[in-house]
Amino acid sequence: MKICVLVKEVPDAAVTKRIDPSTGRMDRSGEKNLNPYDTHAIEAAMQIREGGAVEVSEIVAVTMGPESSIRALHKAVSLGADRSIQLTDGALAGSDVAATGYALAKVLQTESPDLVLLGQQSDDGECYTIGAVVAEHLGMPSLTQVIAMDVTGEGIKAERQAEYGYDTVQITLPAVISVGDAINEPRYPSLKAIMGAKKKPLDTKGIGDAGIEADKVGEAGSKVVCGDYKAPPQKAGGEIIEDEDTNETVEKIVAWLDERKLI
Amino acid sequence: MAGILTFALHYEGEINKNSQGAVSEAAKLSQQLGTDNHVVVVGEGISDEAASSLGKYGATKVFRVEAPEGLSQPVIDSMAHLFEANGYDYALFGGGLLGFEVGAGLAARLNAGVTMEVTQVNVVDGKLQAERPILGDSSISTSKYKDRGIIIGRLNSFEIVESGSGAAEVEDVTVQLSPQASQATMTVRGEQRGADVNIEDADILVAGGRGLGKAEGFDLCTDLAKALGGAVAATRAVVDAGWYPYAAQIGQTGKTVAPKLYLAAGISGAIQHKVGMQASENIVAINKDANAPIFEFSDLGIVGDLNKILPKLTEAVKAKKGG
Repeated sequence: MKICVLVKEVPDAAVTKRIDPSTGRMDRSGEKNLNPYDTHAIEAAMQIREGGAVEVSEIVAVTMGPESSIRALHKAVSLGADRSIQLTDGALAGSDVAATGYALAKVLQTESPDLVLLGQQSDDGECYTIGAVVAEHLGMPSLTQVIAMDVTGEGIKAERQAEYGYDTVQITLPAVISVGDAINEPRYPSLKAIMGAKKKPLDTKGIGDAGIEADKVGEAGSKVVCGDYKAPPQKAGGEIIEDEDTNETVEKIVAWLDERKLI
Repeated sequence: MAGILTFALHYEGEINKNSQGAVSEAAKLSQQLGTDNHVVVVGEGISDEAASSLGKYGATKVFRVEAPEGLSQPVIDSMAHLFEANGYDYALFGGGLLGFEVGAGLAARLNAGVTMEVTQVNVVDGKLQAERPILGDSSISTSKYKDRGIIIGRLNSFEIVESGSGAAEVEDVTVQLSPQASQATMTVRGEQRGADVNIEDADILVAGGRGLGKAEGFDLCTDLAKALGGAVAATRAVVDAGWYPYAAQIGQTGKTVAPKLYLAAGISGAIQHKVGMQASENIVAINKDANAPIFEFSDLGIVGDLNKILPKLTEAVKAKKGG
């Protein structure tokens, strides 16, 4: 079984995110971390390999982003991927979710994976949706927010929380699966793995190398135009108590609740 | 004819509340656009009653497709088929997991634009524009569509309005499913795990999150809830970790509540949780991280260690009630 894991570099949680008003795009200058949700996807791939129910021939990390996104791949490789592919091309800048999914699907087509894994949501602009877009272009079934996977020769038994409780879905491969953060506890990379990450094979592709049509990506190829940013209606800020003397804090809480007839 | 096609999720004879909201929203928008309001339901043996009930929310016609239920692929195939046949400009979804999957897949199939987590839709110059909070709800972005648009609502964003005149016409449609649709089979749907607890009727909820540290941490919440005369709720993270039963889960994939008092202990306040409880009348949050997002929408925030605060608060509430 060959597994491709889609990863992404996102702004560090400590860096304040902002929209660049001149371009209307996310200001990505503060980016430096692998999306934390993606570490669960790599861990899931590693557990399939180590589980031994199926033979995993290769785990390939794939990203799309600016040149700096190579750091996300290094992290992915240090966590267990065998090699990585970076799709980077000026023509891709400004791609919306649909265009990004199309471009990633074209790269994946060159790899013919049996299973594509990704984190259920990234910390920045694109939510749950990228897996479903990729799956549609690949003609594979897609399942998102998976919290347990049982892989056998016949396929994958996947569990997730849906609208009415837990659903169990049996999937035959190839398939695209987005995992939730409850699926596992990602391991920490060893120092040796971190040091060795830059030596693992890395393939850098432009859009021509992956057969991506230029007019289907970037700003021109995107079907959504985002803009008119505005501040949300402000809710009056609540009262904040810093707990220093707990007896006093509790007294204040009780008085607050009492005032509102909640006790 | 152009217009909007809305997906309505069905489960055991009922139409999902968020779908009812989406159909109500589409009714309002269709009226402004001057188009019909079409809805599609996909499932196994959906009754005439359930399908036609969408007329109450303003559906002018309901297309019913017999296909596996609760999975995205058959719905994508059904909606793509109807887009082809009827030439819609927009697809609309209420909040919920399936809407995200179907909407994104449909956008790829139709080469359309897609916006998720939408909280408001406006008609401008005969076209739809979707507003969506971004960057942790600190800014609102407006999406315009070059061609067709797929709009996926945030949970509870579209109000349920009974504007219709009664039962809608139901038309059965046969759809050729794509090959990948047969690759996924639902073996168990809607399984409830853990004890059955009723949190939707409680006036007071004490909700626990990952900050409780361990399953036993819920004892602190249970004691306080008992003292206050309320019930205990939980976040997705702790339900997935097995600390508390699924039936008590609040948020995107759990229940939506609006009690008089919502006391959140050790909950950071992620968007997925917020959408399930933000309508609560009074929100009190206890968290040791002063930067936790929950303090941005709580009425009273306490920055401190819940292990110290909760037991004393329980005692103080008991004393107050006893006295």
